Amino acid sequence: MSQDKRSDVLIIGGGLMGVTTAFFLRHHHGLGVTLLERELIGRQASGTNFGNVRRQGRALEQMPLANRAHAVWGRVKSLLGEDIEFLPLGHLRVCYTHEQAAKLEEHARLARPMGLDLELLSADMLRQRYGFFSQEVVAGSLSPLDGHANPRLAGPAFGRAARRAGADILEHQEVVHIEKDGDDFVAHTAAGKTFRAAQLLVASGAWSDKLAAAFDEPVPMEARGPQMGVTEPVPYAIGPSIGVSSPVEEEGLYFRQITRGNIVFGGGLKGPASTETIRAGVRPDNTLRQFRELRRFVPAMARLQLLRVWSGIEGYVADSRPVMGPSARMPGLHYAFGFNGEGFAISLGVGETMAELLATGKTVTPIEAFSIGRFA
Amino acid sequence: MAATPVNPQVIVVGAGPAGIRAAQALAEAGLRPIVIDEGRRDGGQIYRRQPEGFKRSYATLYGSEAGKAQSLHQDFEALRQKIDYRSDTLSWNLTPGMLHTVSQGRAQSLAYDALIICSGATDRLMPVEGWNLAGCYSLGAAQIALKSQACSIGASVVFAGTGPLLYLVAAQYVKAGANVQAVLDTSPALPPLAALRGLLARPRLLLRGLGLIASLRRAGVKVWQGITPLRVEGAPDSGVSGITLRDAHGNKQTIPCDAVALGYHLRAETQLADLAGCDFVFDALSRQWLPRMDGDGRSSMAGIYLAGDGARLLGADGAEAAGRLAALAALHDLGHGQGRTLFKEQAPGLRSTLNTMNNFREGLARAFPWPHQQAATLPDAAVVCRCEAVTAGELRRSVHEMESQEINRAKAFSRVGMGRCQGRYCGHAAAEVVAHAARIPIEDVGRLRSQAPVKPLLMDAQP
Repeated sequence: MSQDKRSDVLIIGGGLMGVTTAFFLRHHHGLGVTLLERELIGRQASGTNFGNVRRQGRALEQMPLANRAHAVWGRVKSLLGEDIEFLPLGHLRVCYTHEQAAKLEEHARLARPMGLDLELLSADMLRQRYGFFSQEVVAGSLSPLDGHANPRLAGPAFGRAARRAGADILEHQEVVHIEKDGDDFVAHTAAGKTFRAAQLLVASGAWSDKLAAAFDEPVPMEARGPQMGVTEPVPYAIGPSIGVSSPVEEEGLYFRQITRGNIVFGGGLKGPASTETIRAGVRPDNTLRQFRELRRFVPAMARLQLLRVWSGIEGYVADSRPVMGPSARMPGLHYAFGFNGEGFAISLGVGETMAELLATGKTVTPIEAFSIGRFA
Repeated sequence: MAATPVNPQVIVVGAGPAGIRAAQALAEAGLRPIVIDEGRRDGGQIYRRQPEGFKRSYATLYGSEAGKAQSLHQDFEALRQKIDYRSDTLSWNLTPGMLHTVSQGRAQSLAYDALIICSGATDRLMPVEGWNLAGCYSLGAAQIALKSQACSIGASVVFAGTGPLLYLVAAQYVKAGANVQAVLDTSPALPPLAALRGLLARPRLLLRGLGLIASLRRAGVKVWQGITPLRVEGAPDSGVSGITLRDAHGNKQTIPCDAVALGYHLRAETQLADLAGCDFVFDALSRQWLPRMDGDGRSSMAGIYLAGDGARLLGADGAEAAGRLAALAALHDLGHGQGRTLFKEQAPGLRSTLNTMNNFREGLARAFPWPHQQAATLPDAAVVCRCEAVTAGELRRSVHEMESQEINRAKAFSRVGMGRCQGRYCGHAAAEVVAHAARIPIEDVGRLRSQAPVKPLLMDAQP
């Protein structure tokens, strides 16, 4: 039998949370890291989401983490030595009712002391700046320093950067069992390999609740899929990513244009996702509903062609807050999962924060609200 | 065992030879199938009908195949009252038990007990430098221009590639009076023995093929075999001005022309089978992934049947037999009394026909092999994915610098196959480029996963 492979930190899951943590553990702290990914890096929630890099509209308790992430996004290109298409062109939210406009105003008032300056726009101002909205749009809020990036590239790029920094990033390593052996965690893979470390990070996205439950820390979470689509390319004209702010779930649409010209959209209802079969589908009726809502929002969308739809598997926690930080029961065990379909933007902050926590035992970023202990 | 529907709803996708024969068998058994057709009229590609009002004769349009075309069209006319035919309708998505269509901006979801997918095939293309210039068409497109619009793709045309369609379309162009400069075939003039054995399964067809080549030569068309295309010449402003090749003796030659029709036999349209969740297997002979099925057309998914060139490239005659057999198999599986009887009576004969067709298919695949080695020497600057303008160099960079050895990964990194055709035209070549760059077998590169919509869907669609 072969010898266990040992490192300081063992990470289960090769999504953005895992690979960014691995990267910062090496880059900032010089720790030995092994990351085990069942399949390929950045495939599910990390690779199939919309690519929003926004602080606007985020729960205020996430704002310090989002600010930290924002700082990393600002230097992500030099950090990675390659481009993951981060474009800080702003994030615009618009709404259909004056009641919702009041909510945008309130969010702007509360977010300001937390470091997020939002610009409120009237219907006239919106139409002056962006000629494509329908008459139904009554107000908006612009976060000028937010933007969007390419989720297909982000996870793999961080994975490669982590590897270059000296982390062991291993793909096609399905973990079937984890046990405690003295102070160490020992992970056994389907291929019969074993990996050992004193610290363990569970960052397996929608599959994490099973691991947490195995450590006696169950989390109420379900798997759902975003309903994404992309149009044919049209001349580049939009700039910020744009979303509808609405209390009605199926009205909640967003879109952005990539420099190539295609418009990526998503939002509305979530689709079915199965962690068993590893499949998440796009419901055809959802796609047609998105068409309707897009036309209502930007009438010119009716003249575009849809090229492709896709989904991925995301973890949604019952109280809509992520699970992040140390285990409430077991020393050395840590979690970072359950980001409720809005983890992409903050993933760079999550990685830096988790690396700091794993390396030093504490972090300057407040994350107590996300403790798994809240479900105990 | 699942309950048997009393009056099962069977949907046929496609109204080419396979779809028409499937619908006919279903109607004979007393069913009223829905036939979804993307085309404006029945006939599919090979027996494509000219638009209403055009008056060319069957002999002019279909040549040696006029009799078959006429009989298929007539049978379809006779069927019209017994089926629910929906032309100009795209099957854009498929979910368990439900086919999603759109026609003239109206979307519909149709429940089925059995679905017979006869989705046909399109050209298989291997890129060559300059193939993205205006004036370079696929063989199929060149044929459509002739059959449907009665026009040539250029004043002086070169046909390049390989496969029976290469000679057929060139001969149709000559017959229509077009100026055909040359036919350039990447396959050798003398096929290997195993190919001949397969081709002899249908001796008359083999003879007709040889006759086509002879007639081209008699008409003064240069027919060169064993060539390697090097570059389509021309400029972005003025389009194609010629084609440069290396001939069988290793000499470089340039043939002036203003249009090139390019194609390397066919590839099956498998997106619906993929969306249905069917298993795929790698067919080493043709180097393509095909849906797994039994001899009667049953896929790996219950209720999903496959027939015609969308499943196996057996040609039009094979498609007719496969369509009928798949329909009878569906009726049999649905527990349909009359269907069971018909299946028992006819299945053995149809299977034996298909067996012959399959031997011939293998012969063709050996005689006209997909020249995958061209992917290895394709210059970095050559465009592979024309929708997204992804070059061979960018694909190789995704392998060497970004560690993609799998085609969906290469797609994510390079945008190959992300455009309007969704990789239907560039996917096979892109996989070959990745395999050569990564030095791994083509089957390890995998296949592009299909996503809806099957073809671009206008966003004015209303439920």
